[in-house]
Amino acid sequence: MSILLIASIWDAQIWYALPLLVATSLVYGATRHEHLKEIVNQSFRAGMWLLAFLGVIFAVVWWAGTRV
Amino acid sequence: MSLNYRAGSGEDAVDFSLRNPLFAALLGWLWPGAGHFYQGRYVKCFIFMICIVSIFAYGMVIGQGRVVYASNRPNDFRWQFIPQAGFGIPSILAVAQSLKVTNDRPPFFVLCERYPEGYTDENGVLREFERIPVDEVASFQGERLYDGFMAPPSEPIILERNDVLGMWHAEMRHFFDLGTLFTVVAGLLNFLAIYDAFAGPAIQEPKGDQEVD
Repeated sequence: MSILLIASIWDAQIWYALPLLVATSLVYGATRHEHLKEIVNQSFRAGMWLLAFLGVIFAVVWWAGTRV
Repeated sequence: MSLNYRAGSGEDAVDFSLRNPLFAALLGWLWPGAGHFYQGRYVKCFIFMICIVSIFAYGMVIGQGRVVYASNRPNDFRWQFIPQAGFGIPSILAVAQSLKVTNDRPPFFVLCERYPEGYTDENGVLREFERIPVDEVASFQGERLYDGFMAPPSEPIILERNDVLGMWHAEMRHFFDLGTLFTVVAGLLNFLAIYDAFAGPAIQEPKGDQEVD
């Protein structure tokens, strides 16, 4: 099951979320600070939060898919 | 009036001026980062421009130039255009295209031509709304429909069965929705950038109103 999951993720449309995640994090960080170092730090934190949020949604949807 | 601000503290403190905030916001709406360039905030100009323009452009490419269009016709209200309009120049082009195609006029920048509703070929096969092959465009006789760059799908709008918008979905598969998503996110992010150009970053210490020049 896990191998199938990994294989499906590798070839999945979920990778389209990556540029959106990076852009959203950077823009959010840039609206919070003015200095580049602080922008990068804030962007990293925002990116981790977004990743965790998306990960939770992914896990819930995947779990729901296995119950069908 | 020019407003001077200090963001951050200690060695990382950055002084900046919003100059004319309304004009900066207008520039930022027209092109992401342009307002910050006007204010001399080049780092943020670069970040906003690269991030927002690149994902908007990527969405337009995978959506084959059709995912950003303005339409308020019956049964074809394109609500996605509202967030997409956060990026000014393309949204102005989309509105111009929408005005151009009223009364069945062809759009600017035609991408392809399509068979009209109810068209059947010489073998009796229904080919309505399909693309006219490039080598048959010149010889095709009769009414034709046009796909335009950032133009709304040609009428008729048919809810019960396929129409031009349905053909776009069929031809582009999931890329139509992905392109829409990318351009919507880019427009929404630019609203944040516009607000930043207008009011400065969220964490800052105002130094008071000062005339810079």
